[in-house]
Amino acid sequence: MGHKGQMLPVWFFVGILLTAYGTVILLTGLIEWPHPPAVVLSQYHPAFWGGLILLGLGGFYAIRFRPRRN
Amino acid sequence: MTAIPLIAAGLSPDGSTRLISLHFPDILIIVLYFVAVLGIGFYLKRYANTSNDFFLAGREMSAWVAGLSFLSANLGALELMGWAAATYQYGILAAHFYWIAAFPAMVILALVMMPFYYISQTHSVPGYLRLRYGEATRALSGISFAFMTVLMSGINMYAMALVMEVVLGWNLHFSIWVSSITVAVYVALGGLFSAIFNEVLQFFLIWLGALVIPVLGMIEVGGWKGLVARVDERVHSTAYVHLWSTLGTFSGNPMGVHWTGIVFGLGGVIACGYWTTDFLVVQRAMAARDLRSAQLAPIIASYFKMIVPVIIILPGLLAIAVLPYKLVPATMVQTGQHSYNEVLPLMLARYCGPGLLGLGVTALIAGFMSGMAGNVSAFATVWTYDIYQPYIRKNESDAHYLRMGRWCTLLGVFISIATAYFVTEFRSIMDYMQALVSFFIAPLFGTVLLGMLWKRTTSKGGFWGLLTGTVSSILMYALVKVNPDWLRYIALSPNAKPMAEDLYRALWSCLLCVLVTVVVSLFTEPKPPEQLVGLVRGLTNIPREKNLPLVRRPIFWAAGVAILFGVIQWIFW
Repeated sequence: MGHKGQMLPVWFFVGILLTAYGTVILLTGLIEWPHPPAVVLSQYHPAFWGGLILLGLGGFYAIRFRPRRN
Repeated sequence: MTAIPLIAAGLSPDGSTRLISLHFPDILIIVLYFVAVLGIGFYLKRYANTSNDFFLAGREMSAWVAGLSFLSANLGALELMGWAAATYQYGILAAHFYWIAAFPAMVILALVMMPFYYISQTHSVPGYLRLRYGEATRALSGISFAFMTVLMSGINMYAMALVMEVVLGWNLHFSIWVSSITVAVYVALGGLFSAIFNEVLQFFLIWLGALVIPVLGMIEVGGWKGLVARVDERVHSTAYVHLWSTLGTFSGNPMGVHWTGIVFGLGGVIACGYWTTDFLVVQRAMAARDLRSAQLAPIIASYFKMIVPVIIILPGLLAIAVLPYKLVPATMVQTGQHSYNEVLPLMLARYCGPGLLGLGVTALIAGFMSGMAGNVSAFATVWTYDIYQPYIRKNESDAHYLRMGRWCTLLGVFISIATAYFVTEFRSIMDYMQALVSFFIAPLFGTVLLGMLWKRTTSKGGFWGLLTGTVSSILMYALVKVNPDWLRYIALSPNAKPMAEDLYRALWSCLLCVLVTVVVSLFTEPKPPEQLVGLVRGLTNIPREKNLPLVRRPIFWAAGVAILFGVIQWIFW
């Protein structure tokens, strides 16, 4: 098939992107905590909790499926 | 061409009707998505070195990857926006398009049809038809599939551009060109590898981005009981929250359909036709590493399909309950009003602040682009293997067909761009898809199924059955357009709505296809049995799995989703 090395699993890419998103959204949630945006149910700080979940999920996938030396 | 001016008429020239403005975190999230998908495409180019790599991902995908991409290839613009819109219009009946229209067909594909697709080692559904019936049937199916798939790709693009225009105030044409060129680049680079990787990525984004709405929405309305009470208060009918109990009569439900249309038209013909013969989704299962993985892929997808209504149907119901204004059909939008198609963006704007909004918008973009990528990669495969190779340039090298695959990926995208500018006057996006499905897919299901299960089906029978079914569907559609009174005959009731008409038209065209196939087959000569080995029941050695533990057998997991389906129908009866 002529592959150039072992293909990285798709789960690794999922992990990287979700980690990046989780970081951005978590930071946004922290910054806006004192003054939540003018949306319904903003008092529950969904950006903070959502960012935390994304960061956790992304971190798990990125670490679990990271490239390893054979 | 007619829909764009109508929609634009609802917007003020300075774009002040945009729903929300993006902030820096939202834009960063969107930009990161485009960087990621392009980066994945460039990374995977090194692995797409043969036509088998490019068109079938080397047939080395695991069951989970094949299954998630099988599901995501279908989670496009039509799913995200169209079904939320349809739910707002028809209530929970729209969920039938996720439950009865998914589980039985996916299981039939897995257990009945995938062995023949996989064992025959065909590269596409038209490829199977060539082996089973001959060139004429392959050409008819291949050309009609290619035509349909670029139309569907254009619809995906249009729907995404519409969302971007309404939500963000982005110019319609800018959105079409930026998204389509991005898809063109990553699919042309990595082929099906790239399309599948990005579909798995999009699966996560769609779920995580869209989940905000049902979670916060259910908190706002106070759970399911609160939702039901508010919907009843708004529409003065409990029909919007019952799945089956209102289908005893045509006039007793918002969709104007009888349960026979749902069960036989939708669950029986349209669903089976789509999930078992639409090469866009079947291609993902064919890319699996072995037969067992190919069979498990649609079964895995069916489990997720059972819960997709949480992020698509539930937001539509929540919109009925919480939005302070009524939505209207797209063709009736006036200044200050919103159409059914804007349900999902409106709900995102309601609950999502900076960051989460960017994730939600990216989920929509991802859904639309995966739909387009799926159509384009399927088009490239069918064009190269089923039209270009057999009829235009035979016996070329593998490298030549690989180059053709990359070029026609780009061609497919540009044709899709052209079709995006020809959107019709249908009341909702899903009506458009259903009409297309009924033209081509419903009769094709009859042709493929008969070919796989009945040795006596002949080449002439298959061809004439498929042609008759397709033409009859187009004629029925045209008949109702010219004289709406014909609706009462085709859809069995003068109270039938357009979506119901599509279901019955698909049913009749499939039945007609089967009838003609059987009759013509009985009067023509079948292929000798040695030419049908691996293609039809009774002449195919399907590996048995008696030595496998029960939990590793596809039939075990198929039984599980059947039980889940039954429980869901009972809960929402």
